[in-house]
Amino acid sequence: MSAVRSLVLVSGDPQSLARGASDVFSALQAEIKRLGLQDEISLLMTGDLGRHDALPLVIVYPEATIYGPVKPENVPWLVEEHLYKGRIVPELQASAAELTGQIAWLTARQGTLPAEQRVVLRRAGLIDPEDIEEYIAHDGYEALGKAVTQMSPQEVIEEIVQSGLRGRGGAGFPTGIKWRFVAQVDNYPRYIICNADESEPGTFKDRLILEGDPHSIIEAMTIAAYAVGAQEGYIYVRGEYTLAQQRLQTAIEQAQALGFLGDNIFGRDFRFNIHIHTGAGAYICGEETALIESLEGKRGEPRPRPPYPTTHGLWGKPTVVNNVETLANVPAIILHGANWYRQMGTKNSPGTKVYTMLGNVNVTGLIEVPMGITLREVIAIYAKGMKNGATFKLAQTGGSSGSIIPASLQDTPMDFDSYSRAGVSLGSGALLICDENTCVVDLARVLLRFFACESCGKCTPCRVGGQRARQILTNIAEGVGSLSDLDDLETISTHLYNLSNCGLGQTAGVPIRDILRHFRAEVEAHIRLKVCPTGVCAMSGRRVKVR
Amino acid sequence: MAGIKSLEELKRLKEEALAKRQARTTTGGIQITVGMGTCGIAAGAREAMKAILAVTEEEGLSDIIVRQTGCIGLCEWEPIVEVEIGDQPKVTYGKVTPERARQIMKEHVIGGKEIPEFKIPA
Ligand SMILES: Cc1cc2nc3c(=O)[nH]c(=O)nc-3n(C[C@H](O)[C@H](O)[C@H](O)COP(=O)(O)O)c2cc1C
Repeated sequence: MSAVRSLVLVSGDPQSLARGASDVFSALQAEIKRLGLQDEISLLMTGDLGRHDALPLVIVYPEATIYGPVKPENVPWLVEEHLYKGRIVPELQASAAELTGQIAWLTARQGTLPAEQRVVLRRAGLIDPEDIEEYIAHDGYEALGKAVTQMSPQEVIEEIVQSGLRGRGGAGFPTGIKWRFVAQVDNYPRYIICNADESEPGTFKDRLILEGDPHSIIEAMTIAAYAVGAQEGYIYVRGEYTLAQQRLQTAIEQAQALGFLGDNIFGRDFRFNIHIHTGAGAYICGEETALIESLEGKRGEPRPRPPYPTTHGLWGKPTVVNNVETLANVPAIILHGANWYRQMGTKNSPGTKVYTMLGNVNVTGLIEVPMGITLREVIAIYAKGMKNGATFKLAQTGGSSGSIIPASLQDTPMDFDSYSRAGVSLGSGALLICDENTCVVDLARVLLRFFACESCGKCTPCRVGGQRARQILTNIAEGVGSLSDLDDLETISTHLYNLSNCGLGQTAGVPIRDILRHFRAEVEAHIRLKVCPTGVCAMSGRRVKVR
Repeated sequence: MAGIKSLEELKRLKEEALAKRQARTTTGGIQITVGMGTCGIAAGAREAMKAILAVTEEEGLSDIIVRQTGCIGLCEWEPIVEVEIGDQPKVTYGKVTPERARQIMKEHVIGGKEIPEFKIPA
């Protein structure tokens, strides 16, 4: 995927529009076309760009030069100088008034139009996943050799701690710290589990890694085993991923044949073996304690936490549970070092993140980009804009257990800390990008249907709350909702979050919270006016019985 | 192959593997890679692969390696087929139906002429 070389943003908030932003936009469009730059430059009309003293604003990436106020007659000059010849036009720059956080951040990123950076996916789609020789030709098993022959287990753990690697399975817990916890418990045996259940709708990053580069997971698990002192490992693979299972099995056999698994790995007194366990289609079994129950042959229901798997995991023993993508980072970190890893991403969320892009965009698929790039960049650069020139309304992260990100948050850097400060979460890395034809009530209804179906039923808030919320949303979508329903929804959402036993119930209320926070007027229109502003909901006015 | 007992042994194996690939490019060998992740297979990668193998056999082509790989993230363009001839830059074709696969084999692999219409735009 080649990236455009420059990204041009025009502020499109009401104030800017009143001051001729649309004319500036069309002038830019015409001028870029006239100079034949349309394939190299991505031009976007956006919302509020964060400062109001010099509207309309034009921001040019990657330099993050801020121009304003820009008039249509300035445009030919600006385009020719900056976009064609690459020279900043100081006369048109906005005065150096105090910048808001958003733009200050853009400036800090000067010169780094985020290109794809592949760590986790560096071999996927290049090597033959069923040929261990190709893996070895691409540095395969060198990290394991280095760890086992040149580093102590503690040094391996420290390297991972220093790298700042955080879990990519959703919660973002620091991986090195998790390993250290397990290594500290005086209880044997210890276990390594790779969580490859990946049941989030719309997420298929783990599948791509497993199918395209299965040896990287074998190598990473073996490194983890060496670090924490484990001898057995399990890969819990989603049942539908038959190709991934086959390729993992092949990889395990090849690794055994060459001695990367088994006894005396790299000639040392270290042995490790890996078993594959297939799931049976329950979303809840991706939750680490339910996964462990399922591995033990029991019904997949989450355990109360604490105690955490780090002390009481599989068969009650200390256990590392890591996501596939998390593990896929490990060999590269050991091989190139924590400092190398920290050059990518942000200070508190180093490294890269794999995203699956879906929805109303021109290009869907997978990308791996540094942590901390923005949703706007993902849409403009990698997804090549919204389909049919539509307007971006919201994105749903994480398939289902994530957040609804309104357009106003599209300049928030996508990393764990920035997102949690903004009250949203990255989830597992699916980005469902929706345009203005998406109805938020309908979206929340679909999500709640998923949670209601997937609730394991063990705890009441989740079992009952999810169903009830789904029913209320259906009523609203049918045009028979009342305003008091919104209070009920808020209550359910809060209760789901506070009282549920595990992450499933805790996130089930998030879509409700998010739509009421960001799109309340649209929800109320369904109730007060009996109108679905986007025309998605049937609004038949007939109460349908919800099962 | 016996077990690898040291980093040195691993490095030797790596060099052998790299030398093999090097030999392939310098002697002008042809390598055809088909994307065979779930997305590729669902889009018809197996059919494309079969067509490629059929042409290879029909035309009695030698010095040609047909291999598989995983998904590279461009799922929309699957099935994806890459053609590498000797040390020339690799050419990536998208949405390769069996018909397209045959055409690629005949015109590019045998005829030496790339087919720009089938390429994935950069
Ligand atoms: C309902 C639910 C489903 C989950 N599904 C997955 C999953 O499919 N894959 C995954 O890696 N983590 C999943 N998790 C997160 C795991 O519980 C756990 O946090 C993760 O495997 C830890 O690995 P990490 O630290 O490498 O991210 C899920 C959590 C919940 C609450």
